[in-house]
Amino acid sequence: MDELILKLKKEVIEQLNLEETTPEDINPDSPLFGEGLGLDSIDALELIVLLEKNYGIKIEDPKDGKKIFFSIRSMAEYITEHKK
Amino acid sequence: MNRIITAYSVLHDNKVIVNGRLLFYQENITKFADFVKAVFKQEQFSYPKFYKMDSISKLGFLAAELVLKEKTIAGYSPLEVGMVMSNSSSSLDTDITHNETINNRSAFFPSPSVFVYTLPNIIIGEVCIRHRIKGENAFLISETFDGNLLCDYVDELFNNERVAACLCGWVEVLGDRNTAMVVLVENSEQSQVSERSGLKPMLFNAENLNFIMKRN
Repeated sequence: MDELILKLKKEVIEQLNLEETTPEDINPDSPLFGEGLGLDSIDALELIVLLEKNYGIKIEDPKDGKKIFFSIRSMAEYITEHKK
Repeated sequence: MNRIITAYSVLHDNKVIVNGRLLFYQENITKFADFVKAVFKQEQFSYPKFYKMDSISKLGFLAAELVLKEKTIAGYSPLEVGMVMSNSSSSLDTDITHNETINNRSAFFPSPSVFVYTLPNIIIGEVCIRHRIKGENAFLISETFDGNLLCDYVDELFNNERVAACLCGWVEVLGDRNTAMVVLVENSEQSQVSERSGLKPMLFNAENLNFIMKRN
């Protein structure tokens, strides 16, 4: 899980162009939206694309997004459960 | 009432000119992305969203930011300030990037954050969000820089009292080709030319816009 969390942090930084953020800056349990990294709605869409592109996971129900993308850890857990 | 240019910036060929002063130049920069990032860092702008913008928005944003650092618009209400920009390639540079993400059916992953920049007026949106500008705006397309077109449009906004101040200019990015020029136009009665730069008052007209573009 720790390995996947680090990989995810790097992918999120690259995909969302978080230029001044390093993996160490991201607490895996902190909320990604609102406080935390201060991501916006376009970033949320990018995360959906990231899951599909890098892990082959398509989110069928948009309502699940809030739970899946709560934090890096929740993303990692979802990937572990659903990766094809 | 005369309208004057109270501040201007030009960014081109790894060089930044503000009110006639050379603010930045690095000959050895080969990538556009490195150029705009270096300017952003040198000027110590703090705005994380900058890194998420497409190339043309970054260039237009920097040009406007440098102008408004010289001459504040704080005395105007948000609705009194307008922005009119122009270029020749519209958002083609980003359209090409977007197309690359959708032209392969087996790897069809359009990026939402690229797609949102496939309109040139997003540049204006980025500047307006940053500076809380809510006045009239437009993005004009012309084959080459057309000072008369810009002046006619902006003069009309002033004549109809739609604006009391207006950012206007040219921002063009296509591949390696990149140029931005932004001027701040104000009514001469209400404005004071930036004391910091010592910019001599310049009438807002096509001749002076062409002069700023070509000389710098």
